Amino acid sequence: MPTAHVMASAMGGIRTAGDLVAWMQMTRKMKIDEAKTYVADKLGVELIALTDEEIMRQVREDLDIGIITSVSGSAKGIAAKWKIAELLDIDINSVNHFRAKVGI
Amino acid sequence: MPNKIMCRMGDGERVWLPAEQIKEDILRGTRDAAERAKIPELTEEECERLFDIMADPSKVVSVSPGEEVIVTDDAVSMLFYADQENSGQGIPMSRTQSLLAYERACAADTISMGHTDYSFKQVKPIINYETQEYYNASQMTTAPFFYGSQPNMGLYFQPDGPYPNPAELLPQGKISEALEAQEIAMEHLSADLIYIGKEMNGVGCEGINFDTAASAGDADFKATLQAVEKLKALAPGMSIIVGMSSEFVMGMHGDITYKGKRLAGIYPHEQVKVVEEAGADIFGPAINVNTSESIPWNLARAVTFVKETVAVAGIPVHPNVGMGVCGVPMFEVPPVDAVTRASKSLVQIGKADGL
Repeated sequence: MPTAHVMASAMGGIRTAGDLVAWMQMTRKMKIDEAKTYVADKLGVELIALTDEEIMRQVREDLDIGIITSVSGSAKGIAAKWKIAELLDIDINSVNHFRAKVGI
Repeated sequence: MPNKIMCRMGDGERVWLPAEQIKEDILRGTRDAAERAKIPELTEEECERLFDIMADPSKVVSVSPGEEVIVTDDAVSMLFYADQENSGQGIPMSRTQSLLAYERACAADTISMGHTDYSFKQVKPIINYETQEYYNASQMTTAPFFYGSQPNMGLYFQPDGPYPNPAELLPQGKISEALEAQEIAMEHLSADLIYIGKEMNGVGCEGINFDTAASAGDADFKATLQAVEKLKALAPGMSIIVGMSSEFVMGMHGDITYKGKRLAGIYPHEQVKVVEEAGADIFGPAINVNTSESIPWNLARAVTFVKETVAVAGIPVHPNVGMGVCGVPMFEVPPVDAVTRASKSLVQIGKADGL
């Protein structure tokens, strides 16, 4: 059932820009249209591109913010979230915790 | 079945209904919601749009490109390894493996984990285990990562908890004792929610989901609101979702208020305002499903409630779309045709910000 919702209505997570738009709802309480516009502006892409795998795959690889397929040496997990926080100009709790632990 | 449209009942049973009956069910459904909550009915155009979604001959339907929304969940990754009671598949995977599979194989927008029992009271004695599991996983996950559980104030009453059970006291006419038991349990629950939230924030928790709030009524809801308010002051970097348990708050106490607003009997468009005032970031309304009515009737009700809730909300609204709420059949394995019709209708007509 969750997969049916994901396929019918979701943005696609780290396959596209779903995680980025979700961060804006979580950290700035943005409604969906505002969150999408904010992310599209930060990425420099059109709104419709946010859920287009053909575009977002390359955008994510270029920015090194985590991609759906596993590439050795590419950013994922906390490293990707660190870069996402900087890209979107937001505070991510886990990233702040990590930064505090490493003294940055 | 010539001249009839394949449809579902609220319990998931497949039925073939004439177009006229589906249209009539949609009208009855939206009127029922409007009358109960004193909110506007769906417009004629919206009813027609809902009919078109119901009558689509495709098995699976979806929103159009560009209309997609964010999907949050209630520890869905648990389904990989949990048992039948949690609708799980029993695959021998760890919690972290399940989270990564949901993030990377299912491409979910957000992910979440929770204790198998999925109630905060059960989490408290094992909080160190939960924080460790969350912390380890959070170093590997990229998508926004929630910790979820239910306030579930019912567990604070005898025989499961320390306080006299209002459900036993009320039939005995012990009204004041029943009210007092709820007031004490409310403060206990609130303190536990704050404690767990603080501990989770201590390991960098990205978001916490107070799921199925108000399941024990208005005192349960207030305990959650108090915890949200306190945690937002103590841990402003931790996002908070409040998801509801039903379409109106049961007045098990009756006189509980939050910032002057009586909580008993309030509907989603009123619930979202108190949740917003408490400081939560995302609200999840839950609209009941009547198993004896058709999905068009149930979905028309759900969309009517959600549309008004989104219209008045200042925060994102993610309707709960699990089994038995918001037009999804009350069945352990909800048929995919009905699930995707609920999904599409809530986004396209209800204007939900997520699910």
